[in-house]
Amino acid sequence: MTGFSRVQMIGVALMVALIVLAPSVLYPVFLMKVLCFALFACAFNLLIGYVGLLSFGHAAFFGMGSYVSAWTIKHWGITAEVAILLGGATGAALGLVLGWLAIRRQGLYFAMITLALAQMVYFFCLQAPFTGGEDGIQQVPRGKLFGIVPLESDMTIYWLVAFVFLAGFLLIHRIVHSPFGQVLKAIRENEPRATSLGYRTNDYKLIAFVLSSMLAGIAGGTKALVFGIATLTDVHYSMSGEVVLMTLLGGLGTIFGPVMGALVVTAMENYLAQFGAWVTVTQGVIFMVCVLAFRRGIIGEIGAKLKVTL
Amino acid sequence: MFTILGIPGPLLFGQLLLGVINGAFYAMLSLGLAVIFGMLNIINFAHGALFMMGAFVSWMLLNYLGIGYFPSLILSPLIVGVFGLVLEKTIISRLYKLDHVYGLLLTFGLALVIEGLFRNAYGSSGMPYRIPDALQGATNLGFMFLPNYRGWVVLVAIVVCLATWAIIEKTFLGARLRAATENAPLVQAFGVDVPRLITLTYAGGIALAAFAGVLAAPIYSVNPNMGSSFINTVFAVVVIGGMGSIMGSIVTGFGLGVIEGLTKVFYPQASATVIFLVMVIVLLAMPRGLFGKAV
Repeated sequence: MTGFSRVQMIGVALMVALIVLAPSVLYPVFLMKVLCFALFACAFNLLIGYVGLLSFGHAAFFGMGSYVSAWTIKHWGITAEVAILLGGATGAALGLVLGWLAIRRQGLYFAMITLALAQMVYFFCLQAPFTGGEDGIQQVPRGKLFGIVPLESDMTIYWLVAFVFLAGFLLIHRIVHSPFGQVLKAIRENEPRATSLGYRTNDYKLIAFVLSSMLAGIAGGTKALVFGIATLTDVHYSMSGEVVLMTLLGGLGTIFGPVMGALVVTAMENYLAQFGAWVTVTQGVIFMVCVLAFRRGIIGEIGAKLKVTL
Repeated sequence: MFTILGIPGPLLFGQLLLGVINGAFYAMLSLGLAVIFGMLNIINFAHGALFMMGAFVSWMLLNYLGIGYFPSLILSPLIVGVFGLVLEKTIISRLYKLDHVYGLLLTFGLALVIEGLFRNAYGSSGMPYRIPDALQGATNLGFMFLPNYRGWVVLVAIVVCLATWAIIEKTFLGARLRAATENAPLVQAFGVDVPRLITLTYAGGIALAAFAGVLAAPIYSVNPNMGSSFINTVFAVVVIGGMGSIMGSIVTGFGLGVIEGLTKVFYPQASATVIFLVMVIVLLAMPRGLFGKAV
């Protein structure tokens, strides 16, 4: 009914339990960061894992979503949920334009085009007045949920973030297991054959791209509210690389992989932050190890050991 | 002072020169990417990092061993080329049976490692590299002053690009290379050592990037980020030109440099984005790129 197998149901239950229990043990702001990146990585995984499209420009949607949420809540004084949805709408609109351009080419060209287009967005953000250039948009208020519930307390906003993440996670699961999702997988396996069966593959790819960029925008908007800041870091291409790393490390095309990857990468960055550029080196090494010896990722390997799809 | 289209001549020609110089680097880097892609079917994301490494090696040769600019113009590409050779043999050659996407991911990781290591060792502020004495000063061309070093860079870049073109299109080695790009198993059946050819191609492409790095060292300061700031633009150049033709890469590289330079004069706000805009237009009008073949 839900599209989850029994093992996956256990996995989801475990994940929800961890999300509920974790803030009593770990610092909630750290957990919120993990959840935002987990949603971002799940959105990215929708493309690479189920359509086989490697987007190297997802920072554009994450970052623009973050800027728009931050700007609107700061200057228009709108409520928190509207700001997050506006971030998602921004991601979707930008995804529609960039995706429409990028799906003209396939494979590695697609990756290069998304990278270049995202770089254009980066330069736009660097110069546009509303982003605050190098300073970014600072002191963004968290606002009130539905105009009623103040979100200043970390624990209150934590539940909002947890809800946004779970909603996004379930939406992606729903998409992947819908008839639409089956067509996406057919395109991943053999695009010419899907075309010959009468599917307009470009339309499917574009819709998937827009959905993915919308969720990336929502993730970015949520992150802007949590941290009260939207900066160039969020649109920089290294952010695109980071989301690739999270998904690859967790397991491409797995349900729980991107979440696990986001947790590991964010934790690693937190603990290694004092060592400066060693973070970059470590990330690079993980990339190389994953590609050379660990292509299924953490969750993929666990799944293979237990002979289940996770 | 004379003006062209309301722009003072020296300003126009000055920016045009900067554009040609950037174009020279775009051409050399996209050329290497195209050659490597043709043979190995991977996008070498580490190209920018190896370009930076070329500049750093020449800086190290000068500061640690006292070896000057001209010898390091040969030595640095050799050293980095050998590094590329080792990389191909030990790591990259493991990927040929996998989806091409993995090559991109691996070399991206490689770029992070190289840049991170250099940033750890040298910080990110950048170090100056003095223009060699023989190329100091400037020449009065009548309509503008041409700094000698910049003239030299343009000249050398053109020569190197044409030489690469000639090697690939006009020599026996190039003919084998092109044949192996077309159909590797068949060429191998004729007794050509294709794996060695692949290794040499990768090392050669890397050496070209390192050579560009040495040329760049006196112009831009030597710093760990110099490659990554170039490489994203170079990817757009590659998309615009298509990777099918060597001459195409050269022409596209220089042409886009000039366009970027002109934009700096007439509409400076767009100078950072103009190449990406050209890419969008090319994608709309001719998705395969200006000189591209069918994928």
